[in-house]
Amino acid sequence: MAVCIAVIAKENYPLYIRSVPSQNELKFHYTVHTSLDVVEEKVSAVGKSLADQRELYLGLLYPTEDYKVYGYVTNSKVKFVIVVDSSNTSLRDNEIRSMFRKLHNSFTDVMCNPFYNPGDPIQSKAFNGIVSGMMVQTG
Amino acid sequence: MTQGLRTSRRCSGDAGPTDSTELHREALPNNKALFGGYFHGVPPLKHMESQEEKPVIYTMENKPIVTCAGDQSLFTSLYTSLAQQLPREPMEWRRTYGRAPKMIHLEANFVQFKEELLPKEGNKALLTFPFLHIYWTDCCDTETYKSSVKEDMMRWQNTLRSHSSADWVIIVVETNDTKKKNKPNILPRSSIVDKIRSDFCNKQNDRCVVLSDPLKDSSRSLESWNSLLLKLRTLLLMSFTKNLGRFEDDMRTLREKRTQPGWSFCEYFMVQEELAFVFEMLQQFEDALVQYDELDALFTQYVLNFGAGDTANWLGSFCAPVRNWSGLLLRRPIDMEKRDSIQRGEASLLDLRSYLFSRQCTLLIFLQRPWEVTQRALELLHNCVQELRLLEVSVIDGALDCWVFLSCLEVLHRIEGCCDQAQLAANCSHTVGLWAYATDKLKSLGELCGLVSKNGPTSEDLNRTVDLLAGLGDERPETVNSLQSPYKKLKEALSSVEAFERHYLELSHAAMEMYQAIGRLRSARLVGKSLAEFYMRKGDPERAETFLQEALKSYVSEGWSLPVTHTRKQIAECQKLLGRTEDYLQTSALLAGDVNLSTEERKHFCQEILTFAGRSGNQSHKVTLSMNVFAQLTRLQFHPAAASVHSGAVLQVELTLRCLMPVSVRIQQLAASIHFDIDHGGTLKRSKGTLRNANQGTIEFKQGNSSAGPLFSAAAGPALEMDEIQDRSPSDNSLNSVGVVCKNTHLIIRRRENGSPPETSNCVSPPAVAMKEGGQMLKVQNVTLEPGNNSITFTAPSGQPGTYMLRQLCATVGEVQFVLSHIYPSVRYEVYSQEPQLTVEPLSEPLLAGMPQLVKFTLLTGHYTVKKGDALQLSNTETMPILPSSSCTARISSPEAELVGESVLSIQSSEKVTSISLPPTPPYHVLEFQLEVLCIIPSGSERPANERLTNGEVRHRPRSYSHPDTPMTAIDQRMSIDCPWSIYSTLLALTFYIPFKTKHSLLSAGNRKYIQVCVQNVSDMNFTLADMKLTEKQHSSLELQSFNTKTNQLLCSKHSVFCLWEVRWKDDLPSCLQCVFSANFSPLNQDSSAFKPFHYQFQLERVTTLYSVRAEILPPTGEQHCRSGLVCELEVCITRLTEPSEGEVAEDSKTDTDGLKTTKLMYEVADSSSNWAVCGKSSGMVLMPLRVNATHKVQIEVMPLFAGHLPFPKIKVLKYLPHNAAAAIQPDPDSCVENDSLSLLDKALDDQGDTASIRSRGSVHSVGSSDQQQRGVAMPRLEPFSPGQVFNNSHSQQVLVLPTADDHIMEVNAT
Repeated sequence: MAVCIAVIAKENYPLYIRSVPSQNELKFHYTVHTSLDVVEEKVSAVGKSLADQRELYLGLLYPTEDYKVYGYVTNSKVKFVIVVDSSNTSLRDNEIRSMFRKLHNSFTDVMCNPFYNPGDPIQSKAFNGIVSGMMVQTG
Repeated sequence: MTQGLRTSRRCSGDAGPTDSTELHREALPNNKALFGGYFHGVPPLKHMESQEEKPVIYTMENKPIVTCAGDQSLFTSLYTSLAQQLPREPMEWRRTYGRAPKMIHLEANFVQFKEELLPKEGNKALLTFPFLHIYWTDCCDTETYKSSVKEDMMRWQNTLRSHSSADWVIIVVETNDTKKKNKPNILPRSSIVDKIRSDFCNKQNDRCVVLSDPLKDSSRSLESWNSLLLKLRTLLLMSFTKNLGRFEDDMRTLREKRTQPGWSFCEYFMVQEELAFVFEMLQQFEDALVQYDELDALFTQYVLNFGAGDTANWLGSFCAPVRNWSGLLLRRPIDMEKRDSIQRGEASLLDLRSYLFSRQCTLLIFLQRPWEVTQRALELLHNCVQELRLLEVSVIDGALDCWVFLSCLEVLHRIEGCCDQAQLAANCSHTVGLWAYATDKLKSLGELCGLVSKNGPTSEDLNRTVDLLAGLGDERPETVNSLQSPYKKLKEALSSVEAFERHYLELSHAAMEMYQAIGRLRSARLVGKSLAEFYMRKGDPERAETFLQEALKSYVSEGWSLPVTHTRKQIAECQKLLGRTEDYLQTSALLAGDVNLSTEERKHFCQEILTFAGRSGNQSHKVTLSMNVFAQLTRLQFHPAAASVHSGAVLQVELTLRCLMPVSVRIQQLAASIHFDIDHGGTLKRSKGTLRNANQGTIEFKQGNSSAGPLFSAAAGPALEMDEIQDRSPSDNSLNSVGVVCKNTHLIIRRRENGSPPETSNCVSPPAVAMKEGGQMLKVQNVTLEPGNNSITFTAPSGQPGTYMLRQLCATVGEVQFVLSHIYPSVRYEVYSQEPQLTVEPLSEPLLAGMPQLVKFTLLTGHYTVKKGDALQLSNTETMPILPSSSCTARISSPEAELVGESVLSIQSSEKVTSISLPPTPPYHVLEFQLEVLCIIPSGSERPANERLTNGEVRHRPRSYSHPDTPMTAIDQRMSIDCPWSIYSTLLALTFYIPFKTKHSLLSAGNRKYIQVCVQNVSDMNFTLADMKLTEKQHSSLELQSFNTKTNQLLCSKHSVFCLWEVRWKDDLPSCLQCVFSANFSPLNQDSSAFKPFHYQFQLERVTTLYSVRAEILPPTGEQHCRSGLVCELEVCITRLTEPSEGEVAEDSKTDTDGLKTTKLMYEVADSSSNWAVCGKSSGMVLMPLRVNATHKVQIEVMPLFAGHLPFPKIKVLKYLPHNAAAAIQPDPDSCVENDSLSLLDKALDDQGDTASIRSRGSVHSVGSSDQQQRGVAMPRLEPFSPGQVFNNSHSQQVLVLPTADDHIMEVNAT
């Protein structure tokens, strides 16, 4: 499962970022931040071909030696980034997609909360729970 | 590249080798230059018997092998055209297993047939497999055929059959020459062919082809060539399909056995690769690539299964410790060494992967997909690292880094070799990953080998380096001569610190530039950051800082707090090393307040600041830092909340500072500078009132979230700040214009950079702040700021009136100043100065005249201090005396309406002034006291002369007037007060209301006279009236007898009381009476002491009754009663009752010829109620002698119109004034008010339509209004008598009128 899950606002600041506690949180911040480069590249490439516009899943953004970074962008240009450990080879593309879908659904719920101020960091327990479910549980 | 390859192939084809040896020799130089490669394990085509193991050259130039048997010289002569023409036309290759058919250009390698060429049983080699066997013959002679050729063919056939090869064809070449030569024994050409067919091709006639005149340029020759080529192609393809299909089937079978013990991946690898080779040979690169990809996937799956615990035996060899990490080798099409080791089952994982990738790379380049190479390379490298980890292969530290580094560079070199610069530049995005990866690896290698540290490598590091270099082996022969080979680079880089630095920088910059070129700025900055770390290790903080700042800017602008903190920490280190104190302190301050850091770290940075601050101040200037990072101003509160005080008053400003430091900080001084604006009171004056009230003197400062989360609510921006503007005229303070202005347009309209949040406390380097030395400061000394919210109270200066604006805030800690350069939203307070103000107002509304009333004096002292002995001097007026009271207390209250003190006032009255001594009162206090005053009700028409006040002013008579809001008559009472603070008197007005309205009337009964006074209470109070008295002032003989029985009379609100007196006289009734009505009144239910007098003066004139009028209605003759409709007679008798007075004689009488004085009267009979019809003359003139009892009778015919008791028609008697006596009477306009009779008369006159001819309308109107007209036009006119002068005896008398006798006409009035 994922080692880091991030939600990034349209303006590219993090709305939510959580990583497995056992690993260096800072490294994931850097990784996710850098992945925005590729997200932007992909999003602008998608913009050119109108047919692809409904596809929110951006696929593998870039692999590193240790991690694979996947991206997803909502219609309102909120980005989801999931970082998966490279050693976790059992994870298929479809599973990643379904993780993103779940994340998107939960994010939509957060946005529907009338007490949530769009643009604020996400502190929803429900969202946190969904994310926890998708992350590796390491002791 | 591929193009070049093709060309070279064509050339080699053209050379047309007929011998396999020649073929190989031909191909070798070509290939060696390009790829080079030795192929082991395939049976050699020649000298097989002697040199079994001689390497066969495997090249891309391989073509499917076609053997040629029979007449070699014949074939040689045809070889060139055959080799040329065979690939000319493409053929469609239909594939098995539903694979898409392909167009394929067939080429062939024609070799001499040898039995050794035929594959032995079990040999799976495909490359050397002869796909077609051709037997050439030009035999046309049956004899020859029978004697030798047939036999040869038989042998050939048998050999083929023994190897179960069914792909053969016999080509019979016919030439005209041979025909001619053998003319004598004519044998049809076909016969030989037929013979061959019948001998060899039973049912397979297509296996024998005839080629006619091959060397001639004729259509026949061309046709036969074409059919031959077609046949050859078809047969070749058939052979491919059949043989490859069989091979694939075998291969699949082998693959299915992979679960069996003893199955070896390496063996299978060789088999499937054979297939790939064939596809490659057929130039089906795509298919060839598929084979390798399948192998790749299969291997990967095994590794994964291994990870899942499913171990295959053969994997053991791949788990061997890695001893060689020489990187990928992509310069050869086939790396034979690696292939050999795979074949031998000795390959390591890296060997296998390297070999596989080099093959894939070669094919991809043939397919002109170089960018896929880079992408796959990156995947491969990541994957290999993972796989080694998964297989738990032991690798020495750094070996993999070497391998990856070399591989990256090798791939890049390979790509550079097949693309031009423009292509490379355009496809940076594909290569940059490899560059970055290589950079990364080199960096970690450098760290590992101690090349990054300041001191250079230790011996341990050197040992490690040697180990690593050993694993590289020798340089490959391909690159020995190249100066820039990856091998050389790595070796050089690891050899010395300087070389490492050079290579590392070169790579880093290359990666950064590429990232920047493709717009991946974040990635570029990350590389930059890692470069900065390198510089830091090298002890070059200056260069490091530029990169760090760059990165920090990006993190801050996008609000990534954790990277911000981390980068900032690094920057702090830089700055400390660089000795840039100010910057370092600023960064430290930021870090000390950074919640992402641990408390210890924060304390450390805080301590750094405090340590510096505590240093003895030998520096000339203090270090100025931005306050936002140190403490945030969250709230500012004014006490009092209005933020507007009078000058000199205490105004406190309470600041709430959120200190971000982790420990408490002692501040020597906290100061707020103030900008002072003198309030000019000009025309453009802002009224801040509403705005102030809204926030209750509290200003909240919104801050960006200090935890550097989302730094802004994106769309909102600053809130509009509106102010109301009132433009008042300076002269009379009237409003000229009103408007609303936006105060912070500069913030709202300011261009917003897209996507970048506004600067907040997290700014990269806070803007330079300077403390402006303002004139005035709010200061607090020695404050300790605890972490979190602190409340600090200042006392604001409030000396001079004006507007004070808080501009800056500055906290001084030793040598460090924290400055908030701009307090926003702007905070201001106002100090005003006020003139003393005295107001007098009624304690209760309305003030009633005639009774003691309390009025409240309010003195707002303003800036004036009331000293002991100060007194208010009130000019006394008669109409409103101030009633002395013993217990008059003054209340002094502060501006906040708190009672400060009370004291008894001493009031001294002299004749002219009343002096009120004021108690000492501080400025801006309110002094209140009450005084009882009495407004004397003016009694009627009294008109005293103007008086002068004590100050010389003309005293204004209080004029009574009727107020529109109340039925009461109002009196404005003015007061003049001399105040100690001014040389001018203060004039104040109080409005009193008279609670009563009084009317009088004169009533007569013959000669007797009565006076009625009506007192109406128009106020809202109830009163008791007592002691009503009427007195006559002039005539003492006159007696007024009261008919009023009650002494005390209740007079309720809105009610009236009537009082009546009879006038009695002894000698003579004076024609003019001066009466005074007086009564005492008090509010109801109060004791008698509260009674106050009330006077009403009035004057009655022409009181005496002059005439008595008596009327009588006589029924018609013969009737006892009047009947309606019958004319009856009205007899009016006017009698003179008194002797004419002197004035009367002079006025309106004239002397008759007989000496008798007469006057002219006019009578009128009018019936306003239409009861009567006056028949004939209704009015007339009477000449009346001026003597007592002179009587005049007039008869008038009237007719009652109804039956019943009808009131008499009205009879009026008026004075008739001849024209010469016109100007005699000057009516007093004032009398109009008191005497309503005139207007009544006027009305009555109007009713008399039929007498209009007699009187002058104009003159009647002129009576009360205009005497000018009167004077100008001397006309005879009528003058009414005063009410008492004519007494009507038959007033209200009634007469019985009977209905008419004939009552058949009946009128019924139903109402």
